[in-house]
Amino acid sequence: MGRIFGHREHLVRVAGLFLAGIVVFVVLQALLIPEGFGRYGHYRAGALDDARVHPVAYAGRAACLECHPDAAEAAKGGGHAGVRCEACHGALGAHAADPTAAKAQKPDAAPLCVRCHQANVARPAGFPQKDRAEHAGDEPCTSCHVAHKPGIPPDVPASVSGGRVGGEEPKTP
Amino acid sequence: MNSDRREFLERATHLLLLTGAAQLAFDAVVRGEPEAAPNYKTTDHWWAMAIDVDKCIGCGNCVRACKQENDVPREPFYFRTWVERYHVPDGDIEHPQVDSPNGGYDGFPEKYRPGDGAKSFFVPKLCNHCAHSPCVQVCPVGATFESPDGVVLVDKSYCLGCRYCVQACPYGCRFIDPRTSTVDKCSLCYHRITRGLTTACCETCPTEARVLGDLKDPKDPIHEFLRTHKVQVLKPQMATGSKAYYNGLDGSVR
Repeated sequence: MGRIFGHREHLVRVAGLFLAGIVVFVVLQALLIPEGFGRYGHYRAGALDDARVHPVAYAGRAACLECHPDAAEAAKGGGHAGVRCEACHGALGAHAADPTAAKAQKPDAAPLCVRCHQANVARPAGFPQKDRAEHAGDEPCTSCHVAHKPGIPPDVPASVSGGRVGGEEPKTP
Repeated sequence: MNSDRREFLERATHLLLLTGAAQLAFDAVVRGEPEAAPNYKTTDHWWAMAIDVDKCIGCGNCVRACKQENDVPREPFYFRTWVERYHVPDGDIEHPQVDSPNGGYDGFPEKYRPGDGAKSFFVPKLCNHCAHSPCVQVCPVGATFESPDGVVLVDKSYCLGCRYCVQACPYGCRFIDPRTSTVDKCSLCYHRITRGLTTACCETCPTEARVLGDLKDPKDPIHEFLRTHKVQVLKPQMATGSKAYYNGLDGSVR
């Protein structure tokens, strides 16, 4: 016992060093670990909010239909009823936020229709598709088909249309 | 007395085993603490995506929409989502021909002839938002993580750009953004889904080949989809806990 206390000065020095080490560690930890790190997991909690800060380019169908319910009405029952507005009309978030500032442009039908409907062997067999050059040449698709509610026009003979009429889509096998 | 002892043991174990950040994380999990932002509770959602290969027509709408919505670099051409065209000659699923010109951004010019004895189809790809992501496991600084609502996100202010995660992702979903030299990937449009919108790719998909779903919402149609379809995830042998469920996935798809 007496021998241990005889070395008191050494012990105090070691203890002091130890304490200083702890203080340095705590200070460094406080400085280096960003705020909120570890609140939800091994990452900075603020990163979740950072990921939410980004402008929305596509307004979403609900926003479109607030002002244009007639478009949904026109498409009802047709092959394009399930296609959301911005799939063809493009990103219109700016227009939805302020309709006067950003005007929506009418899309050019020629390149738009073939994007989906140009015949391609990799497309699902039941999907309506035509080789444009063979089917229509340079004639715009919209000469015969209504973009919002396409289908086989009623004046096409049944032998060609397969008995289908306007607005009806070929059934998927 | 008994419960007091248990409580003491639990607290002591946590203090001993979990230190610093881990202890804080454990506390937050126990409390089920909602984040600061209003109306959206991360703990109420668990996002996933249902992809129907039989419905994909390879129009490239998703690729274009994603680039526009998320400002994905155009030069060089990187992708957060892309579409692949598979051409599998006569059942040889070991050797499919796969192409993805510009990720499908400009569509797919016809390349094969009908009746050439092969099957062709399109497969949309994106981050699978794995529940046990290899990319998260390798990040040395905690800059990429699985959010409480099941989205794999990147903390760009904290990413070193070390590229470990780019190599770790078995699906090739990550790239280094040349503008920031940090990693970038699909965020599942986190800025949109937390505002009640769907992702830009799902918003513009004309055939609903891809549909965002919330697995924690019992009314979400994704439950019906998973119940009525025979689904598969990509590379199930990797046990990544992928949440991109594919219907009609061919064995040739990597």
